[in-house]
Amino acid sequence: MNDKKPLLEVNNLIKHFDISGGVLDRLTLEKMRIRMKKTVVHALNDVSFSIFQGETFSVVGESGCGKSTLGRAIVRLYPIDKGSIYYCGDRIDTKDSRAMLPYRSKMQMVFQDPYASLNPRMKVEQTLMEPMLFHNPSMSMGEARDNVAAVMEQVGVDPGWASRYPHEFSGGQRQRISIARALMVEPEFIIADEPISALDVSIQAQILNLFMDAQDDRGLTYLFITHDLSVVKHISTRVAVMYLGTICELAHKAPLFAHPRHPYTQALLSAIPILGFRKSRHIRLKGEVPTPIELPSGCVFHKRCPFAFERCFNEVPKLSERDSGTFVACHGVEEGKI
Amino acid sequence: MEHLLELQNIVVRFALRFGDLTAVDDVSFTLDRGDRMGLVGESGAGKSVTGFSIIGLISRPGYIASGRILFEGTDLAHLNEEALRNIRGNRISMIFQDPMMTLNPVLTIGTQMTETLQAHMDITDEEAAAMAVDRLRMVHIPSPEKRLNQYPHEFSGGMRQRIVIAIALLMDPALIIADEPTTALDVTIQAEILDLLLELCATGKTGLILITHDLAVVSQVTDKITVMYAGRIVEMGSTDTIIHDPRHPYTQGLINALPGSRHTGSRLNQIPGMMPNLLTIPPGCSFHPRCPFMMDICTKQAPRLKYYKEHERQISCFLMENQNKGSI
Repeated sequence: MNDKKPLLEVNNLIKHFDISGGVLDRLTLEKMRIRMKKTVVHALNDVSFSIFQGETFSVVGESGCGKSTLGRAIVRLYPIDKGSIYYCGDRIDTKDSRAMLPYRSKMQMVFQDPYASLNPRMKVEQTLMEPMLFHNPSMSMGEARDNVAAVMEQVGVDPGWASRYPHEFSGGQRQRISIARALMVEPEFIIADEPISALDVSIQAQILNLFMDAQDDRGLTYLFITHDLSVVKHISTRVAVMYLGTICELAHKAPLFAHPRHPYTQALLSAIPILGFRKSRHIRLKGEVPTPIELPSGCVFHKRCPFAFERCFNEVPKLSERDSGTFVACHGVEEGKI
Repeated sequence: MEHLLELQNIVVRFALRFGDLTAVDDVSFTLDRGDRMGLVGESGAGKSVTGFSIIGLISRPGYIASGRILFEGTDLAHLNEEALRNIRGNRISMIFQDPMMTLNPVLTIGTQMTETLQAHMDITDEEAAAMAVDRLRMVHIPSPEKRLNQYPHEFSGGMRQRIVIAIALLMDPALIIADEPTTALDVTIQAEILDLLLELCATGKTGLILITHDLAVVSQVTDKITVMYAGRIVEMGSTDTIIHDPRHPYTQGLINALPGSRHTGSRLNQIPGMMPNLLTIPPGCSFHPRCPFMMDICTKQAPRLKYYKEHERQISCFLMENQNKGSI
């Protein structure tokens, strides 16, 4: 895979959110002096990875680990603070919105909640047509209608329902429509942010199949953001595990699930309930996920890590390659202690 | 022997403008002390309504149309509100999905706990606080004495759910009904909460009904499973037999649809279509429009839940009736 050029390359991405609020909220008393204090959420701290053409790259982590922020930062729904994003070798994080347009039709997004992500006042046909006509202003209405019908057919929604409103559809059908909307502009790359978490079990399988079929038909590349490890295990090519805004392990799916290297990945995988297999015990982590407002020094995981030693308190571990294709950010793994 | 809980042909309806909607249709099961039962199904299957009916939380326009709910010998379906209040939170406790919605944000944990205790027992504040500390310790909350004076927002999601469980445990209930207790939580926290539930049931004095859509979670915790579809029970038996050898086409579909049950990367076995709206439940077997083995009789007649000895469970499906002579 390394000989291929990456489709998307993210280098040292940093995104902080300032949540200090107004002037009065910032005032604090410190050593008998009034000071202005800044409160910052460290959502992404130096995240780097590449996604190759045709693969399904999954980002997993628990709530608050920054996985959704990552997806949104890549499509520039959030401006980034530091770092760079390359798409097919072109740097896109510095482009203005006009120069960004051609990339917007190549990168599309599917969101978690199909109730919130479809405009309730627009008919399905309007929802699907809007992005296509925006990117191809010269397209005739007849052609646009044909395209809408073809894509609706493909995602398994009866094209006869094109003039209905979102509230007339079930959750699963709505998620099909959101996927159809992403497909309308013939994208190459789709970022799916928890696209099946809001759906029932039997419907989840339908939507996952749809994602896999669309990938086969159109040669799509996915960035799949989810907390559901059994879904990750099923669909991904490579997996990045995130904790507190940093990637702690990045590997091909099979080695990751068979031999997780990072202590956090080990704990996370041991916690997945497996059907019909009662686990005697899972790895219990100490304490809770710290807030991303005050990041721990050194390795962000050291306070909960059963293997933490002195170096972990002071030095931030770098994501470095252990075996071919497996990257781990851990001093213990690096020194051969784990 | 008297069961801890026995539901007999419970029917729950909701009286709506355009007629009655049947959310739970002829549901019967029994639960003994120490039993851990999973009530499984997708949204709209009637699993939560079944749970609510047991502690009389069906509010208008809903009502229990017929059937009996025998709990420790008393019929809860025909009990007045006053008598129900003595059982609710006392002999039967309920744990809900979202701990932030269950806990009162403007009262400290201690106040909420002593309130429950003093509603059921005539004890002093000090005695109540001591009991609350004891229960918080049972759910592994560190330094519980200090924590009593804190408000719900000062706890993390996993801690809040532990507190909800501690409140449910206050009166040493004989039955705990947990409605999707881990759905809102992260996997590592979910694993801890499931451990906790198992630990609490290990004494053998308490029965547990775990309502969830997650079969993997159910298979970790329970020893019995009841699968519901469109308000009816379709399959009921021991967890191991059902998970490893599902017999009803719907249960088979649910299990096969899970990622992980198939080779990774291959298409998942999906159940076509979706759960019917409760207003337009198909005639005959309600699952027939989605069933891969649908026969003529399925469209005309509803199958009955029968016990099949060779499969060690109850199933409601004509396929089974054709293959075997079922006995009730």
